[in-house]
Amino acid sequence: MGEICTERLTLAYDERAVVAGLDIVIPTGRVTALVGPNGCGKSTLLRGLARLLKPRGGSAYLDGRSIWRMPTRELARQLGILPQAPVAPEGLTVRDLVAQGRYPYHGWLNRWSEADEEAVARALDITGMVDLAHRPVDALSGGQRQRAWIAMALAQETKVLLLDEPTTYLDMHHQLEVLHLLRRLNREEGRTVVLVVHNLNHAARYSDHVVALSDGKVVAAGTPQEVVTSEVLREVFGVEAHILSDPDTGVPLCIPYALCENSNVRAPSMDSFAAPHTGHIHV
Amino acid sequence: MTATSFHLTRSSPALSLGLVVALGVLLAVVIVSVLYGAADIGAATVWAALFSYDGSTEHLIIRTLRVPRALVAVLVGGSLAVAGAVMQGVTRNPMADPGLLGIEAGAALAVVAAVHFQGISSLAVYTWFALAGAALAAVVVYALGSAGRGGITPLKLTVSGAALTALLSSLTTGILLLDRRTLDEVCFWLAGSVAGRDLGLMLQALPLICVGLLGALLLGRKVTTLSLGEDVARGLGQRTAWVRAAAALVVVLLAGGAVALAGPVGFVGLVIPHAVRFFVGVNYRWILPYSALAGAIFLVLADVAGRLILRPQELPVGVMTALVGGPFFVYLVRWKVRR
Ligand SMILES: Nc1ncnc2c1ncn2[C@@H]1O[C@H](COP(=O)(O)OP(=O)(O)OP(=O)(O)O)[C@@H](O)[C@H]1O
Ligand SMILES: [Mg+2]
Repeated sequence: MGEICTERLTLAYDERAVVAGLDIVIPTGRVTALVGPNGCGKSTLLRGLARLLKPRGGSAYLDGRSIWRMPTRELARQLGILPQAPVAPEGLTVRDLVAQGRYPYHGWLNRWSEADEEAVARALDITGMVDLAHRPVDALSGGQRQRAWIAMALAQETKVLLLDEPTTYLDMHHQLEVLHLLRRLNREEGRTVVLVVHNLNHAARYSDHVVALSDGKVVAAGTPQEVVTSEVLREVFGVEAHILSDPDTGVPLCIPYALCENSNVRAPSMDSFAAPHTGHIHV
Repeated sequence: MTATSFHLTRSSPALSLGLVVALGVLLAVVIVSVLYGAADIGAATVWAALFSYDGSTEHLIIRTLRVPRALVAVLVGGSLAVAGAVMQGVTRNPMADPGLLGIEAGAALAVVAAVHFQGISSLAVYTWFALAGAALAAVVVYALGSAGRGGITPLKLTVSGAALTALLSSLTTGILLLDRRTLDEVCFWLAGSVAGRDLGLMLQALPLICVGLLGALLLGRKVTTLSLGEDVARGLGQRTAWVRAAAALVVVLLAGGAVALAGPVGFVGLVIPHAVRFFVGVNYRWILPYSALAGAIFLVLADVAGRLILRPQELPVGVMTALVGGPFFVYLVRWKVRR
């Protein structure tokens, strides 16, 4: 359970469509990594899957039901989302934040229950936040803060977890910690996990399925071996890279070494320097 | 983890007790407010005026001037503080306040316009115009604040509120300059005053304010969740559009009702929720009831101070709250606003 797919999903802000007519299937009970350059629509897609953004056309489905036909609360009990870079109100403690994960289980009248208490304690425990539970979220380091938010999503006890860049801002150690945690949640509890990551080696190593997006379109989708290839990297990120095979696990490792000539992908800050002599204008 | 930690829905004994204490303090300051005034009236006479009324001048002063005055301060202070707290939570903007965002100015302009154009002179119809003006201003400031790229941000909302307040206030001033009769009628009211309100007006505003307060308390838990941000709240299963609409209605009822009673009294909605948060944390289930009580206490005290400072003259309570609120506003801008 926890199958997600989309059918001709079109997502747009204002007039411009970011994702147009997208069909994807997220494998159930697996870890899926969403990769792609800045601004290609990863967050937009995730928001579309979680019903945070109303589609211009098509729909996303959870277990065969259109998410737009499901009661809000019910969806929130089955699918949790951690948006990119959320900001907690000043002074909110970790524990209070994590307790908010129980929101979908409470109506107007329900009292705080044992099940709530257990879910919160478990989420704090799994993320290693027990000792920090009474600290204000805004007084934590970036990595601790990220784990606090993940704990909130865990307390929601959903079979599907969507996470937008859960490892950004973390050091190497804490990045691996979060990735291990997500894989454990997947392996031990069978949760479907979808995460946006920028580090392709992490994507390859910690996910079963990789979806590479470029300009709102799926360029490649499949196992890490199928997706992390020099052709895909060239097309999606505009970089030349060596692809090695991890000696232990056989998953691909990529080592980018140059920018492609005539790349479509360019750092935004370089636009103003796009000198006339390159003769290449990408709109 | 100790059992005294408070979180999503478990109530904390300490915070519950604090509410009772605050209620006691409110009662005490109301008594002080009724005891002190231009005429020296002893405590025994006050007691007699309340419980064995004989129609003497002193009893009349207590019953028709001092008691309504204290009660109006309670209602107005509580309403504005709760309205401010709700606005701050829902917009995630520490500078949100019915005064700063132009809602009180909208209510005030509607009342002044009604007095000028319709020649309405009874305070009793103020209420409806105040409500309509508050609602209109709320819609306009929200539209202005969310126009353009990036949606609604604290900075844009605050600037829109300041612009709207300036515009509405100058329109109000314009009407008053054209029309001295209107000026005489609403002058003291416009400065924000709790004096000279009769019970009739209070009874008219009372149900609106009560509905607003009740609605705010019911919304408390949802506002806490919404204060985590739109996407997070929706991801947790909240129908944020409804919560926002309900919150807007609550704010209009509270701010409109308060302005009808006392004119635009500034800064209560800004200062009190911040002070309350310092003691009770960020959970709106507690912030809202504490704000109601603390706002009421604050305004009653401000009114008493306004009577004592320049005795025998009186300063309108709106001037007193501005004296406290102005510096606090600067402090907030300096330390609390993140863009
Ligand atoms: N609220 C918004 N209003 C208008 N346009 C937006 C909004 N959010 C994103 N966009 C645009 O939609 C496009 C896709 O943005 P999105 O946030 O999905 O990118 P992303 O792949 O998540 O990038 P990043 O890796 O930088 O997070 C971008 O061009 C962006 O400018
Ligand atoms: Mg993104």
